[in-house]
Amino acid sequence: MTEDARPPVLEIENLCISYFTRAGEIPAVKDFNLTVHAGESVGLVGESGCGKSTVAMAIMRYLGSNGGIVGGSIKFKGRDITHLSDEELRRMRGSEVAMIYQEPMAALNPALTIGAQLMEVPLIHEAVSEQEAYDRSRQMLADVKLPDPDRVMAAYPHQISGGQQQRVVIAMALLSKPALLLLDEPTTALDVTVEAGIIELIAEIAGKFGTAQVFISHNLGLVRETCDRICVMYSGEAVETGTIGDVFTRMRHPYTRGLFGAIPLPSANKNDRPLVAIPGQLPLPHQRPEGCNFGPRCEYFRDGVCGPNAIEMRDVPGEKSPHQTRCARFEEIDWDAPLGAGQVNDPIEPGEPVLVVDGMRKYYELYDRSIKAMLSGEGVKYVKANETLSFDAREAEIVAIVGESGCGKSTFAKVLMGLETATEGTITFKGDEIESTEVQQRPREQVASLQMVFQNPNDTLNPSMTVGGQIGRVIRKFGVETDPDKVHERVMRLLDMVKLPRDFYFRRPRQLSGGQKQRVGVARAFAGNPAMVIADEPVSALDVSVQAAVTELLMEIQREHGTTLLFISHDLSVVRYLADRIVVMYLGQIMEQGTTEEVFAPPYHPYTEALLSAVPIADTSVDKRKIVLEGNLPSVLNPPKGCPFETRCPRKLGAICETERPPVLVDSDTHRIACHIPLESLQAVEPVFFSVAETGSPAGPGAGSATTGSAAGE
Amino acid sequence: MLIFLAKRLGYLVFTMLVVSILVFLVLELDPGNVAQKVLGPYSNDEQRQIWMEANGYLDPLPVRYARWLGDFMIGDFGMSTRFKVPVSEILLPRLGNTALLGLGVLLVMVPLALLLGVLSGMKEGSVQDRTISVFSIATTSVPEFASGVFLVGIFVLWLGWLPGVSNMVGGFDIAQMVLPVAALVMYGFGYITRMTRASMAEVMQTHYIRTAVLKGVPQRQVIMKHALRNALIAPFTVIMLQINWLLSGVIVIEYLFAYKGFGSLLLEAALNKDIFVIEACTMVAVLVAVGTQTLADIGYMYLNPRIRFS
Amino acid sequence: MVASTEAAVPLPRRQSALARFLKSVALLRESPVGMVGAGIVIAWALAAILAPLISPFDPNSTILPFQKPGAIDPTTGKVFWLGTDKIGRDILSRIIYGGRRVLIYGPIATACAYAVGIVMGLAAGYFRGWWDSILSRVSDIVLSFPIFVLYVIVISTFGASGLNIVLAIIFASAPGIMRIVRGLTLDLRNRDYVAAAQTRGESPLYIMFVEILPNARGPLIVDACLRLGYVTITIGTLGFLGLGLPPPDPDWGGMVNENRALAPAFPHMIVYPCLAISSLVLGLNLLADGLREISIRD
Repeated sequence: MTEDARPPVLEIENLCISYFTRAGEIPAVKDFNLTVHAGESVGLVGESGCGKSTVAMAIMRYLGSNGGIVGGSIKFKGRDITHLSDEELRRMRGSEVAMIYQEPMAALNPALTIGAQLMEVPLIHEAVSEQEAYDRSRQMLADVKLPDPDRVMAAYPHQISGGQQQRVVIAMALLSKPALLLLDEPTTALDVTVEAGIIELIAEIAGKFGTAQVFISHNLGLVRETCDRICVMYSGEAVETGTIGDVFTRMRHPYTRGLFGAIPLPSANKNDRPLVAIPGQLPLPHQRPEGCNFGPRCEYFRDGVCGPNAIEMRDVPGEKSPHQTRCARFEEIDWDAPLGAGQVNDPIEPGEPVLVVDGMRKYYELYDRSIKAMLSGEGVKYVKANETLSFDAREAEIVAIVGESGCGKSTFAKVLMGLETATEGTITFKGDEIESTEVQQRPREQVASLQMVFQNPNDTLNPSMTVGGQIGRVIRKFGVETDPDKVHERVMRLLDMVKLPRDFYFRRPRQLSGGQKQRVGVARAFAGNPAMVIADEPVSALDVSVQAAVTELLMEIQREHGTTLLFISHDLSVVRYLADRIVVMYLGQIMEQGTTEEVFAPPYHPYTEALLSAVPIADTSVDKRKIVLEGNLPSVLNPPKGCPFETRCPRKLGAICETERPPVLVDSDTHRIACHIPLESLQAVEPVFFSVAETGSPAGPGAGSATTGSAAGE
Repeated sequence: MLIFLAKRLGYLVFTMLVVSILVFLVLELDPGNVAQKVLGPYSNDEQRQIWMEANGYLDPLPVRYARWLGDFMIGDFGMSTRFKVPVSEILLPRLGNTALLGLGVLLVMVPLALLLGVLSGMKEGSVQDRTISVFSIATTSVPEFASGVFLVGIFVLWLGWLPGVSNMVGGFDIAQMVLPVAALVMYGFGYITRMTRASMAEVMQTHYIRTAVLKGVPQRQVIMKHALRNALIAPFTVIMLQINWLLSGVIVIEYLFAYKGFGSLLLEAALNKDIFVIEACTMVAVLVAVGTQTLADIGYMYLNPRIRFS
Repeated sequence: MVASTEAAVPLPRRQSALARFLKSVALLRESPVGMVGAGIVIAWALAAILAPLISPFDPNSTILPFQKPGAIDPTTGKVFWLGTDKIGRDILSRIIYGGRRVLIYGPIATACAYAVGIVMGLAAGYFRGWWDSILSRVSDIVLSFPIFVLYVIVISTFGASGLNIVLAIIFASAPGIMRIVRGLTLDLRNRDYVAAAQTRGESPLYIMFVEILPNARGPLIVDACLRLGYVTITIGTLGFLGLGLPPPDPDWGGMVNENRALAPAFPHMIVYPCLAISSLVLGLNLLADGLREISIRD
């Protein structure tokens, strides 16, 4: 093993953190060790409740009134910060250790200009003059590639976009040249293509400023792109640490392996390599088991070895860099054995089209009541939420609609469900035109036949009604059963179907975990034997291991019932895994559609290409070309006249893109691209993804060589 | 900005018109009723008929309303039946007195309430917070007339420090102002305190306060520069709306302390069916209330950059 | 059939509504302030219910005027615990019966105002558009009246009967309730479970009253406590102004007004009714605060 020659910036030893509540002391983090060297970036990865953010807050010693460090030490440049006085602590915060937050909008003070908030940092920590503080702040805004720094300095946070806000937060953190930067899920609240720009910036910081980083994330792909080392946390403990390369290719803890099995890597496939969910649930902090915390969910658990004594971190022998695991049996486990049951499903042959969308438009009228607008006759503006959508979905097929916020996918779902009516065009569902019939006017069978699974587990269920009551209501409403006993029996069978215990019947939503609530949501959608289910980001709010379970459940039911699934998502890795066909939308229009294979291989629409490139991939054997989009997402109120993607397109041809709608290029029966670029040129584009083995380029952060363009600012 | 102002002013005019119609309908729908109130309960039908003819009360309702409104606009509110003088003559000095009382209340109440609210909300759940909260709940639970009674009991009957009547017969006397102001402040400050506390506590929980703390901003500056600016936006509106409450409160307190203000005038007029005084008082009260609300809206827009620049 | 055999599996018992109610009441123990408030309110409620049993005298019969607290009625030998008023009625008995009166009128007025405000607020918040514009405008106009100016003109014009007071309170309070309900509805109508109900074709009435209203109950219960306190103050203040519930039945505010002139010599005649109304309102406000504290915590 080699020791890192660089001096350690942060050394955390045997750190224990507890929260003190009415129920007593609740340990949040136990026996945590971490060393970060200058210029190094370490990823802290785990699911919600694993204690990763608590560690970051402890480094800042900001644990709230009921949290406290109960053991161990946190040494920053050799000084134990657990013993600093309030004044010493204040001088350290923001000058030597700085933080970047999850929601940039919330992290900036809405009542102060950005300039005032930035200038504060040098004014407080270095007592410089106002003028110098201004100059430095302005320079830092330019360094984080924000266009027009003077304007941004004078602006209030709500006047700039989310991506720009995050750049401001990063600038604020870097202003006093901190030795350590803590990043708490810095891109979770951003759109994928915006995220790519921020990640590129973060990756540059370490090189440019020599700042050590602790990068907190639930996303293994992001950690792979930004970090040198990784520390996987589970239930308040570090379970595995090591370099990205070691941990990603030779993981030595069953939880780490479980995580990788649960995320849709490019190699996963719904038919022959399905995702494997980690069984069970994360234990609550006061209900942790004795011995190995992961024991109850681990297939290798052996009483006496994995408990009741606490498991220590141990070195994995034979590695070049330090690699540790908290598994008592890691030497005995066959790490190459396939994970899970490895069930193989036959691909389904799709049947007749169930849904045909033809030239559907949805415009919203927006009344501008200002006198000026009325005089100039522009009192009514149209928001083109959906512009000439045409596609179909066949029986038992999974069609994914992919796009970022504002792309119109939710509006389309509303029209389909009859909550809105279309402005033009037709939507044919099982032979009936439904585009202008509101849900209350639709026949009951039709309503039952077209149901929806919602995004947010916390408000998909009515908190005041029991689980059974909510499912039962659907059954009665759709007239599936009317006799109370039969309704009851059917609810029970639906609970069985979504693999929930029958005694959940009388439970209320707040007694359920997020994944369980989504299962109830699935049961409710399938209560009326639907022919088609729309799933609007059904798993995006769930933890990784739960995502896999709910995704698999949804697909299993869909497969069994031959249901058509319209899967709305922004996450291309999930979509690649489960969809048969993909529709890519941008600003209300379809940019590209085709089978999954076709969309993921050239020819690409330039937007699809950028979107694919923006997806973080947690597989060290796959690399990708980096394409970072410039500019902001245009407002739907004022979309570009020609191609909607024209303002950000790295392959823009010229004036034609600005003035004319792009033609639809037909690549195959199923594959269509709306672009001015000739098909031949698009076909000649290199694939976004390539296998590392083929090109021989090394794995690791920033390995992508073909970086085209950079974020000059959104 | 100008459009916004014009809109608010237009809305003010609209509200006043609707209120004037309501007041007119409630009080003057039946002309015979008006005549009876003006001439007194012992007038006979013939006298009333003559009065109604002489004063145009036999015209159709819309005509009467238009004339009534026109008179109102030029400040002709009619004659008071009780005081036997034009209403405006008696109303204006009374309004002045009430404005004085209201000013005194606001000057004491607003700084006190804001200070206590900020102190309380700064550290939610602390002993300081709980003490202030319970104290402000307690004072708000005592109706104005009861707090007046308690204050009189302590400072007039027991200690004998202050006069218990504030009729100012011997000219303006600041000592006579103390108890009316104190009673109104006692009941009113708790509400502002609690709103300020809630707003401050909410702001202290926000992420941007965390950002400021983790930026190394000193605690004092976190409160003064980052928190207050956001936390005082909501109470500002509440304070402006308190003027509305003050107009109610002065009725009780002026009656209790025999202070010659607008509230006691309205009450006296109401108890004596002095119809034109009631009308004038009501319209003035609503004008003051809607006017301050308009000011509150404008001020709110100015305070909140999120609204100012959109 | 598999299903039928499985259905025979015994089910867990459903918690009765009563059990759940008691459980949520038990939560109040977490808040000492709320417990004190609940204690005061329950004490007044009991006093109101048991008034005929516990009040020593008939509240309206004149016995012996100007008695100080603790004086003894020579004919019956009973004690005037809080003295008598200027026409010789027992103040304690009048306070107990006054509490009964305010605890009848107050909750009735509040409940009716809620019924009106909830329907208006749900309609405005759920349908939005024209409904919202009209209902919001109307309530803005009512709310722009200084509230006692409104009471004074309404009651002086239409007379001071119990019904008129209740109607005036409904008229003045419903817009405020409507605003709160509207705000909650605007928030709740965007929840996915409302969308789920819409996509299965539920009627607006079902959605408003089954999907939305029950989930707004937390803030509404807190507000109802505060509002009941405020209505109590209103009834008392109207009585004090001489516009309250008609005599001779006891009314706290009225008792203060009747005996005000004698305060310098007989403070007990007005101090005890003031204490009575203040304590009841305090109880309601503390209860509201406790409920709010608990609802934020969970």
